[in-house]
Formats: sequence, structure tokens, C-alpha cells
Amino acid sequence: MLTKEDIAKRIAQEVKDKYFVNLGIGIPTLVANYIPKGIEVEFQSENGVLGMGPFPFEGEEDADLINAGKQTITTLEGASFFDSATSFGMIRGQHVDLTILGAMEVSENGDIANWKIPEKMVKGMGGAMDLVASAENIIVAMMHVNKAGESKILKKCTLPLTGVGCVKKVVTELAVLEVTPKGFKLLERAPGVSVEHIIASTEADLIIEGEIPEMIID
Amino acid sequence: MIYKKVNSVQEALEGIENGMTLMLGGFGLCGIPENSIAELVKKETKNLTCISNNAGVDDFGLGLLLQKHQIKKMISSYVGENAEFERQMLTGELEVELIPQGTLAERCRAAQTGIPAFFTPASFGTEVAIGKETREFNGKMHVMELAFKADFAIVKAWKGDTAGNLIFKGTARNFNPCMAGAAKITIAEVEELVESGTLDPNQIHTPGIFVQRIFQGEKYEKRIEKRTVRKIN
Repeated sequence: MLTKEDIAKRIAQEVKDKYFVNLGIGIPTLVANYIPKGIEVEFQSENGVLGMGPFPFEGEEDADLINAGKQTITTLEGASFFDSATSFGMIRGQHVDLTILGAMEVSENGDIANWKIPEKMVKGMGGAMDLVASAENIIVAMMHVNKAGESKILKKCTLPLTGVGCVKKVVTELAVLEVTPKGFKLLERAPGVSVEHIIASTEADLIIEGEIPEMIID
Repeated sequence: MIYKKVNSVQEALEGIENGMTLMLGGFGLCGIPENSIAELVKKETKNLTCISNNAGVDDFGLGLLLQKHQIKKMISSYVGENAEFERQMLTGELEVELIPQGTLAERCRAAQTGIPAFFTPASFGTEVAIGKETREFNGKMHVMELAFKADFAIVKAWKGDTAGNLIFKGTARNFNPCMAGAAKITIAEVEELVESGTLDPNQIHTPGIFVQRIFQGEKYEKRIEKRTVRKIN
């Protein structure tokens, strides 16, 4: 079973040279730590920065420099700042190549729910609805099952949707799944996790073709 | 040059009355008009509708207005950092309209630039799109959204001049340039106010035409919401 860091490491393998990438809050933020060596990538944060760098050293925090999770950040050489309308123009205009975000539920047609639990949790969607409606390439980082052991990979989402038919790939602590026109296809399994375990942990049907390889996590 | 400087926050906020709709810049606690918010608390203006991406935290930003029950309705995209907000929303004391962040920004820009409505793919197929006109463009479904209508926009900039020209710093820019000029009257508070002719016209982010009143804030706390640092090795 993968740790959160391992999920981030596996997703980092999907980041290609010259990509502009938007990282959501939580596990997706960790992806920045594991970008393959030798490729050029720029991180966009929807509150208005391109070329986001690591967290600042203590004493160097700047209240005027934060990411979409409200955390203090730094910028890298070549960075730029812009207003919110321009930022979402980049996103809707599909200038951002890859969006990585978390989810509470994903369904087999690529629907995603991650912003509201009626009568329990109402925090808001932030930029997630704009991101999932616009991005060509969306990877979801999430836990396969909830704390009660129930699958979050579903035939149909039960929570209010963030977007419809938009998720392309899901990486969980158990598996890598691709969303195909026929439903979830099992691409890889976590080291030491059996295909049977994944089937048992998944409410949606899985398309399983041939031997399913183990993920390679360095 | 048309002179926009007013001498105090009190003078800047003149005309803001109970029941009005305000736009307030900022993302989280970054780039919020904190002097104007403090003065609104003192003025005890009530039944406000506030358009702002977030609602502050319990004891700073718009959270201060929420504590005093001065806000009737919030239009925001994310309100997750505020327990009092959640309480007022769940009890029905506070009316809340949550909309996607990009839609919020674009509804400001539409108001600023004379676009009455626009189509966006954001929120199609979700409960946010219920009751809104939808249309297909290039094989993809879109939702129609309307320009905001607001009485006052209150923005915060790093530097400004007496002609109302503004320069922002870092990610404190966020919604501020989209809201300037998007309401009947725009008030800008700045950390440093200089005479017109001092700022380089090449470096202006928001032209003065979008600002009617400008003043230098008395003090800026600029609180950090999530101080996150990296260890030296």
C-alpha cells in the first residue's frame, strides 16, 4: 500500500518536459518534491503566480506571497504574478497542461466530487470547478477507501459534483486507474497489493486486461 | 490629472450604507483592504452583501464583520477557514452563494468592462448551474453567468498615486485589479501613496480611471494565514 508521499511520487512520473502544472491542496502539493530530474516544469497557483518555488526559509516568509492553499511560498527565476481573472483565463484557455487535485469520490464516467458534504462540510469549491471543467489532462490523487473502509471509486458519485466526465487518471494507495469510455481500467497495482484486494476495495467495475504490473516507486 | 486622494478612511468610506453590496479584494488574508474593513466594523454598517473570494478568519479580515453580524449575504468561492461563518451559515443567519473562483473573478471583470454576461464551462452539470442558461459551444457545454452589480468596490494595493493609479505586490494582486472599476464607486487603500507623476506609467497595473477615491492605510498588519517554512537541510 502506498503512503501519501508514494502517491505523489507515482503521479510525478506523469509530469512531462515543458509542462505547466496546477497542483491542488493536500497530496498534490507533494508532487512538486518528486519531479523527474532533467525536465523543465512550471507550477501555476490559481491565486496568481507562475513559477512557484519551495516554501521559504524561516524568517523569509512574505505575507504578500502565498499559494492557493494560503501557505507562504517563494518564486523561482522567470516567475510572474497576475490577477485572478488572468489566472483563470490561463486555466479555461487550456494553457495549463496538467491539473492534479484531490477528491472525495470519483465515478467511472470521470465525474468528481470534492467540495461539499451536505449538512456536514461546506467549504466551497475554490478554483476546482474551473480547473476540472477546463483542463484536458486531470489526474486525481486520493485514498481508495474512506476511514470506514468504503470505496470512494464508484459507479456513480453520491456527493454533489465538482465536474462531470473530466477525470482521466486516478492514483490511490492501491492502484493506478485510467478512466476510459467503458469505465475504470486497472493499469497498475501498488507493490504487494493483489488485484483481488483492489477489486474488493472498488465499488465500480474494473476493466482488467492481462497481467497487471506493480507500480515502480523509487 | 484628476485628484482622487482623500484624507482618511472615514472620508473614503462615505456613502456606504446599510443594505449595500460591496466587493472586497483579497485572497485569504493576502491583499485584503484591512483598514477599510476595520472602519466598516466601527461604522457598524449592517445588512451588507459582500462579494469576496473568502470570508477571512474568525478574528481577521471579513471575519470581523461576521462576528458583529454586519453581513447578510456572502458571495465567495471558498470559506473553509472560518468557524463563525460555518455556524452562521448552518443556522441560516447568513445567506451564502458559493461560486467557482474563476467565475467570481470573471463576473467582476465583466462588471468592470461592460460585458453583461458570459459563458464558462465551470460548474456545468453541478448544482451551481441549476437554473442558469446553458449552451453548447465547440462541442462543449457552458453555463451563462452575469456581471456583478455592486455599490462599492474596496481594493488594496501596494503603491498608488493621487491620480488613482495602482501597483500591486506578489500574490496580493489577486482579485483587486478585477474589482477596481467593477462597482459604482471604487475605493483603493494603499500601503504607500505618492503624488501623481512619481510612479512610472509603464509599471501601472490598474489605471486611475477605475478608482474614485484613494488613501494611505494607517497601518498594515498583513497577517499570514498559514506560515509554512522549509528547514535548512
